[in-house]
Amino acid sequence: MAFIRVSSPHAHSANTTAGVMRQVLLATLPGLAALTAYFGPGTLINVILACLAAVVFEATVLKMRQRPVVFYLRDCSALVTAVLLGLALPPYCPWWVVIVGMFFAIVVAKQLYGGLGYNPFNPAMVGYVVLLISFPLEMSQWATPRGALADGQSLPNLMDALAKVFGEADIDGYSSATPLDTLRQSGGQTLNDLYSSAPIFTSGRWAGGGWEWVNIAFLLGGAYLLYKKVFTWHAPVAMLASLGILAIALYDSGSSNSAGSPIFHWLSGATMLGAFFIVTDPVTSAVSNKGRLIYGAGVGILVFVIRTWGNYPDAVAFAVLLMNFAAPFIDYYTVPRTYGHNKAPRATAKKTE
Amino acid sequence: MSQTSYREIALQGLWKNNPGLVQLLGLCPLLAVTGSVVNALGLGIATMLVLAGSNLAVSLIRNAVSDAVRLPAFVMIIAAFTTCTELLMQAFTFELYQILGIFIPLIVTNCVILGRADAFASKNSPLPATMDGFMMGSGFLLVLLAIGSIREIIGSGTFLANMHLLFGETARGWQVNVFGENYRGFLVAILPPGAFLVAGLLIALKNIIDARIQKHLAARQSQEPKANRRVRTTGQIA
Repeated sequence: MAFIRVSSPHAHSANTTAGVMRQVLLATLPGLAALTAYFGPGTLINVILACLAAVVFEATVLKMRQRPVVFYLRDCSALVTAVLLGLALPPYCPWWVVIVGMFFAIVVAKQLYGGLGYNPFNPAMVGYVVLLISFPLEMSQWATPRGALADGQSLPNLMDALAKVFGEADIDGYSSATPLDTLRQSGGQTLNDLYSSAPIFTSGRWAGGGWEWVNIAFLLGGAYLLYKKVFTWHAPVAMLASLGILAIALYDSGSSNSAGSPIFHWLSGATMLGAFFIVTDPVTSAVSNKGRLIYGAGVGILVFVIRTWGNYPDAVAFAVLLMNFAAPFIDYYTVPRTYGHNKAPRATAKKTE
Repeated sequence: MSQTSYREIALQGLWKNNPGLVQLLGLCPLLAVTGSVVNALGLGIATMLVLAGSNLAVSLIRNAVSDAVRLPAFVMIIAAFTTCTELLMQAFTFELYQILGIFIPLIVTNCVILGRADAFASKNSPLPATMDGFMMGSGFLLVLLAIGSIREIIGSGTFLANMHLLFGETARGWQVNVFGENYRGFLVAILPPGAFLVAGLLIALKNIIDARIQKHLAARQSQEPKANRRVRTTGQIA
């Protein structure tokens, strides 16, 4: 009998980069469906435009860098970046906003740093932040969700939407303040008053019409990825937990100073998209489980702080970028204990006097 | 060093050892005031004047100052020239002086100036030292201008806007609207991140050009026929 000696690892995982990326793409579908259902076809157009731009930019830069184009395009990582940015952008934003955002995401944040695996910052979030600070007007106009529309208003159909994206048509008729904006500008109303008066809240149950279901849909997609073991639970759970704890601490029993309930923070803005699709990015987050807990908690705290005391429409992108800065530092202090050793070694040994 | 070639000094300052792109000195004004061409030009000229003047003065006193106290002495000289420049700008370009604000007095702390004073002027005679200060200043000015132009064009869609702050009323009409009147501006280029991006891209561009030149020179050298080519044989074959 011939025994073939093979060294470890003995368990082979079928996960390839392309496979993981395809599963992530699949998991964004519920969120995309919910966004389309509540806000009309704007997000769908964003995603398609972003995907086209991603493929063109990625192929061009790879060609210029003399790398195999088809090989790298096939891993779908550019498409994941494109879909995430497309989901994050406001529906019906002009086409050039999407293109500029993808340029910064793919060319500047990803390829200039060396391509997939070398980027210190999440490309989709870099694209988003560049757009947010460059085009504040376009980036802060969110469509009104179905249900919160005033009488006589309706969501644009596909042709109207295309006219808005590619033409100069005005979006004012469709846009309104998001739940986060509404809460920030509540002007001394208690939460109960706000929930019973503002149309964006009366049309919803927990955190504003449409938004809550979009977030629940992203949560479902995230749960699927967790079940498929694409990422571990540490970072998203830590982010949601720290966000929730801070929200409870500053809930102030729903007074006019309240920063919103935990449910409100979990189910509004980009919380769930961030928790399950951005914070879990294997390239730009911390690598050990303990590190991921710290990383996720940091994102959660920053999201709450920027949402409550900042002036931007949402905080996930800034929070993620700030924690991306910190990820190597977190890794340095959270080197896991190696089996058979007592203490985790430092990444670089300290000099003994 | 009486044989110092002026051509070499110019080449060092403008390209090979450019303060902005190679030495990466004086990044604070380089990144902070390059939001428009006029700001960049104003600060660039001021820095160049201080650099040339302080290099001359340092070179003149180089044999009279002992090594131990040379740096304080250099800083005093640089501060004196900076004050002169500041007063001149206050007198002739008051609006620009107000726009540039703290960055004019901060020329004192610009590492390019102290660096050239210590590395070049204190070891060379006055004429080459002045030349070096002038060329280093020009190199710095050119980088400031390049970054300022790119950021102004991308960020606000104009070129040479507000030049009357520096050149008087006739320059009011110099403004060019590169992308037409309706360009709304790409704010990130005007904001600090834009300065870092543009500076980084310029450095990359310089490295690419250098690599091309190197390749070109290498190709030319290998083409030259080698006279008397012989095959050398030894007893050992590695």
